[in-house]
Amino acid sequence: MKIPELLKVNEIFRGLWITFRSMFEKPVTIQYPEEKRPPKPRFKGRHALKRYDNGLEKCIGCALCAAACPSDAIFVEPAENTDEERYSPGERYAATYEINLMRCIYCGFCADACPTEAIVLEHIYELAYLDRREAFFTKEKLLDPVPDSGRETPQAVKPGLFNRSIPEMKDPV
Amino acid sequence: MDMILVLEWVIKSILLILFGITGFAYTTYYERRALARIQTRIGPNRAGPAGLLQPVADGIKLIFNEELIPAKADKVLFVLAPIITVLPALIIWAVVPWGTSITISGREIPLYLADINVGALYIMAVASIAVYGIVIAGWSSNSKYPLLGSLRSTAQIISYELSLGLAFVGPIMLSNSMSMVSIVEKQQETAWFIVLQPLGFVIFFLAILAEINRAPFDMPEAEQELVGGYHTEYSGMKFALFFMAEYIKMIAVSAIAATLFLGGYSGPWVESIPWLGPIYLLLKIFILLFVFIWIRGTLPRFRYDRLMAFGWKIMLPAALINVFLTAVVIMFLP
Repeated sequence: MKIPELLKVNEIFRGLWITFRSMFEKPVTIQYPEEKRPPKPRFKGRHALKRYDNGLEKCIGCALCAAACPSDAIFVEPAENTDEERYSPGERYAATYEINLMRCIYCGFCADACPTEAIVLEHIYELAYLDRREAFFTKEKLLDPVPDSGRETPQAVKPGLFNRSIPEMKDPV
Repeated sequence: MDMILVLEWVIKSILLILFGITGFAYTTYYERRALARIQTRIGPNRAGPAGLLQPVADGIKLIFNEELIPAKADKVLFVLAPIITVLPALIIWAVVPWGTSITISGREIPLYLADINVGALYIMAVASIAVYGIVIAGWSSNSKYPLLGSLRSTAQIISYELSLGLAFVGPIMLSNSMSMVSIVEKQQETAWFIVLQPLGFVIFFLAILAEINRAPFDMPEAEQELVGGYHTEYSGMKFALFFMAEYIKMIAVSAIAATLFLGGYSGPWVESIPWLGPIYLLLKIFILLFVFIWIRGTLPRFRYDRLMAFGWKIMLPAALINVFLTAVVIMFLP
């Protein structure tokens, strides 16, 4: 005779044993503000503008990122470099560089479009702000700090040293 | 009647109500922590040390919540329903014995509020009143989900009240008394009634699970289907009262189950040190509450027709058989 399902009491006790056992497992909770889970390597967080080792900015103000941006979150205004006041290799640099993080969808197309790999989506994910104005990330906020081997921009350099906007990369992708 | 006796009763009543309300607050905390552990989480641990102030924070939040009354609700009944639900949960404590008696400055004070000779009947009667609160809440909200919730509740409680009442009969017959105090004393003489009445305890336990609308019998409030059931339209302190009633009843039925089947306040050395009585009872309540939470963390909700089938086709016959067997055994094995 088939046992009626209402009488399958042993199944109930099996379930109870499983939940009781799980009480002694280590909690999976991560106590967030104190304890942070490292993001995955390909995690796409907030952008950062990179520098070369000598301190020059990688961004050449070409605005390809702004063109590639599907949500129109990036605004770039280029200006001319001179050898007395050099910000980046080549002719131009980004005088204004703004990302509106309220519009950004973190797709990473800007990083794909960048010819100098100047803009990179970093692992920064704590992006809460109290004022809408704080969502506009200007160049000062986005730019990486000057590395130890380099100098602050603008730099005065010897003429003819940084003629190429896109430096010769050892291993172009 | 002398004034000191009245004062004693007032003090004991206030202590019991305070116990009920604090117990409610910390049962929610206990439940959240225990459920979290079952799901390998940590649970609330931010407010205060180890999250111990979480109930306080919840209470403050609920007090400052906006209280809404639906425009087409029956306002008098809508306000009355939470009160009707919470009062039985509090007054049920009157007959639960906490111990024998203690002596404070030469005055012997029994550790129970009232030793009425129909204690078990009183519990049954008072516990049944709470369903009116639920029904009135569902009806007066003038909304479909609360109405469905309260209809389910009515059907469920009618089905399970019978088995509950029959499960009471076992201990009553064994101790030949309806007084809770003599039921406990009888258990001290013989054995805990869970040993003599294992089937009775199982029936009683399942019936009180249904009676207090706990999982897996939490039909009336079924969050997923009924958006909270009878208290869908309630907010603020009125909602908190329903919540309070549920949890105080949970503690109360744990105390009653402990009293009827697990020896109540009895335990080692309780005769010589009467202060141990409340501690033993609290310990038993604590364990039973854990079982409630544990079951909630394990079993899914019953389907409605199966709930009914289980109540009428299995629980009721089993309870009747239990009563019959107990009666036969008492008759022929004195």
